[in-house]
Amino acid sequence: MAKPMEKYTWRDLNVGCVIDEPGSSLEYKTGDWRNLLPVTDYSKCTKCGLCWLFCPDNAMKPKDDGFFGPDLDYCKGCGICAQECKFAAIQMVEDKK
Amino acid sequence: MKKVGIEVSLAIAEAAKLARVEVVSAYPITPQTHIVEHLAELVADGELEAAYLNVESEHSALSACVGAAAAGARTFTSTSAQGLELMHEILFIASSLRLPIVMVLVNRALSAPLSIWGDHSDVMAARDCGWIMLFCENGQEAVDSVIMAYRIGEDRRVLLPVAVNIDGFTLSHVIEPVEFPDQELVDSFLPPYKPLFTLNPERPVTMGAYGMPEIYTEAKYAQEMAILNSKAVIKEVMEEFGKVFKRNYRVVETYNLENSELAFLALGSINENIKTAIDILKAKGTNVGLISLRLYRPFPSEELLEVLKNVKRLMVVERAMPQGATNSPLFNELSAFAFHNGLNIIMENYIAGLGGRDVDPQEFVNIALNPFKKDGKLNYKIIGVRE
Repeated sequence: MAKPMEKYTWRDLNVGCVIDEPGSSLEYKTGDWRNLLPVTDYSKCTKCGLCWLFCPDNAMKPKDDGFFGPDLDYCKGCGICAQECKFAAIQMVEDKK
Repeated sequence: MKKVGIEVSLAIAEAAKLARVEVVSAYPITPQTHIVEHLAELVADGELEAAYLNVESEHSALSACVGAAAAGARTFTSTSAQGLELMHEILFIASSLRLPIVMVLVNRALSAPLSIWGDHSDVMAARDCGWIMLFCENGQEAVDSVIMAYRIGEDRRVLLPVAVNIDGFTLSHVIEPVEFPDQELVDSFLPPYKPLFTLNPERPVTMGAYGMPEIYTEAKYAQEMAILNSKAVIKEVMEEFGKVFKRNYRVVETYNLENSELAFLALGSINENIKTAIDILKAKGTNVGLISLRLYRPFPSEELLEVLKNVKRLMVVERAMPQGATNSPLFNELSAFAFHNGLNIIMENYIAGLGGRDVDPQEFVNIALNPFKKDGKLNYKIIGVRE
């Protein structure tokens, strides 16, 4: 989207609200929905990548050191990563942002 | 062009063939059955080059039409009563995705009690789904309306689905004289469908995306503007149809209204019975007119105002119950319309022809001569009900 959603008038919308711009969902930052923040204890983490595989928003990202961490622009704090972690390395804590 | 005697259902299937539909998806239900049976035959016999999708329900039938139309195909479906109700949620999706599907809605009473016979309870339960709605009085209108429906719906200024209403049995199952237009003329009037957006991997688009609170209101407003603005295109298409095929249609039709302050107003084939009553009344020296809404959605406000300008008493005849509302659906809408336009008209609400009950033209003669007076119990009169 070329401008914030709240700037669109009805005339700006495509017929049937078709989105003809692939990947435009990246412009909608879902991170501000978050109440809980995933915090990884890297001493328990085995870099297995299950958190990355299961994250429904592709918000758990591989880092240069091989570990994984949340992209806070998109992480909604759903806790699926913590639920799926086989080593209890991820805890959901209150996000005091 | 010569007229042939043909069952109206078969004529409608032939009209879909003339419109060169590419995808037909429907689930058989009485009284729509003969339309889709004949289309299946035409496809199986190689006379119509179309994909005929056998689906497991009406919900799937319309969903398949949505997919086919989104992929750019000229798409046809047809249903009745319970079938329309099963389609209900998809009706809104077809219109808000702006897909020009054409559906012939063979009007039938809703259960219960189970009835396969005609009335307008089905369409009235689906009247505000964002579809353009046309009503037909006879077989010729049904054939012509199917052809016009594609031209209207596919117009880039419109892009909306169109429902062509015909009465179950009293229209669908009767044999009528029908003049079929030549294929070449239809082809020139109705060029192949060129969709604005299609599901095509070469140019990926998203259809039916999530609409956040920041955008939903604007999306619905855009859709409302489309259906309101479609009326000008509908009139334009009807006018061009008249020039090409020499049969003229208007969004609001009248009969013997010129010198009458007293008028009936109704939808569909019951109007032919009312016309017979009007002729009987005229022979007895009473002038009564008829207003027939060929176009019901978008509501033809300006055209209706024009024909109502000399009317002092309006008898609204409907084939649907109020179901707990103050009056039957069209009457309620007309009451609000009259009030907001400052019309000083005595309006009477008559309900007739429920679940296939025959209505004799004499009943309309009686109504015209003996106005219904509210007796404190009901705001309307049900013709012929045994109390």
